[in-house]
Amino acid sequence: MSISSTFHKWGSPRWFYQFSGRLLPWLAGLSLLLLLGGCIWGLAFVPADYKQGNSFRIIYIHVPASAVAMGAYVTMAVAGAIHLIWRMKLAAMVMKAIAPIGASLTFLALLTGAVWGKPTWGTWWVWDARITSVLILFFLYLGIIALHQAFENRDAAAKACAVLAIVGAVNIPIIYWSVEWWYSLHQPASISFTGESTIHPTMLRPLMATLSGMYLFFAWVLLLFTRAEILDRERNTRWVQDIVCGEAR
Amino acid sequence: MYFDTFSELLNMSGHGSYVWFSYGVSVVVLGSLIFVARRRRKQTEQHIRAIVRRKQESSSTIK
Repeated sequence: MSISSTFHKWGSPRWFYQFSGRLLPWLAGLSLLLLLGGCIWGLAFVPADYKQGNSFRIIYIHVPASAVAMGAYVTMAVAGAIHLIWRMKLAAMVMKAIAPIGASLTFLALLTGAVWGKPTWGTWWVWDARITSVLILFFLYLGIIALHQAFENRDAAAKACAVLAIVGAVNIPIIYWSVEWWYSLHQPASISFTGESTIHPTMLRPLMATLSGMYLFFAWVLLLFTRAEILDRERNTRWVQDIVCGEAR
Repeated sequence: MYFDTFSELLNMSGHGSYVWFSYGVSVVVLGSLIFVARRRRKQTEQHIRAIVRRKQESSSTIK
């Protein structure tokens, strides 16, 4: 299949709606299985950390929430760029759908980080580079939600949000490398894809489960929001009315 | 299981409240995302049904 016909297919809200409908049950089942299984494993079966004790068990929710919050932002910025360059309507819908999910995950990352910080560092919060840049990520998501609501015109809203999403993407490498560039209470990454991870395999395995579970959860909820947005924007088309009211009418 | 008793699983040698609070909030936040997405879909469906109903009523009065 040629690139342009693939692009047209993916850009068609109708095709995307039907295709994503088949994915939903798989994403839902697999993400809940991995999240639930990984959490039970990490909460009850993994031995305690020799320095942090049991507070380290927060890792199984904190790291997935943080990683997916950043991944979601990159996805949103890419969708924004696709919308700006090729005027793809579907990309604008995806972009709008990501903002509330990303904001929720960033909130979760900040909150679980604070709760983990108290017994480990002795403080809920420090204004260091990592935590401050993640707080900025949270505000970027809120800014995109607010910007969407500030416009009456959908196309103008999508254009403005795409620009903000792309400009804000500069924050992502800052978050990622903040623990190495600046002095920080926050530890550097323990998982490495190029070298050896500094986390013990018994602790790493459940983390891999909840991390992949959280990515799948993000994909699942993203499809739910995007599909609702497709129905809303295409409400005057025959195919949407047929889906909602049944074929026979 | 790593813990000897169920109450030790809850207590986690003093860290229980931090750990369980984190997981509790996570369930609430992730659950409400699903809830909000579903509610948005239902509202949109109601809206579309109203559009279709109006269309059918107006076409039947023309006849």
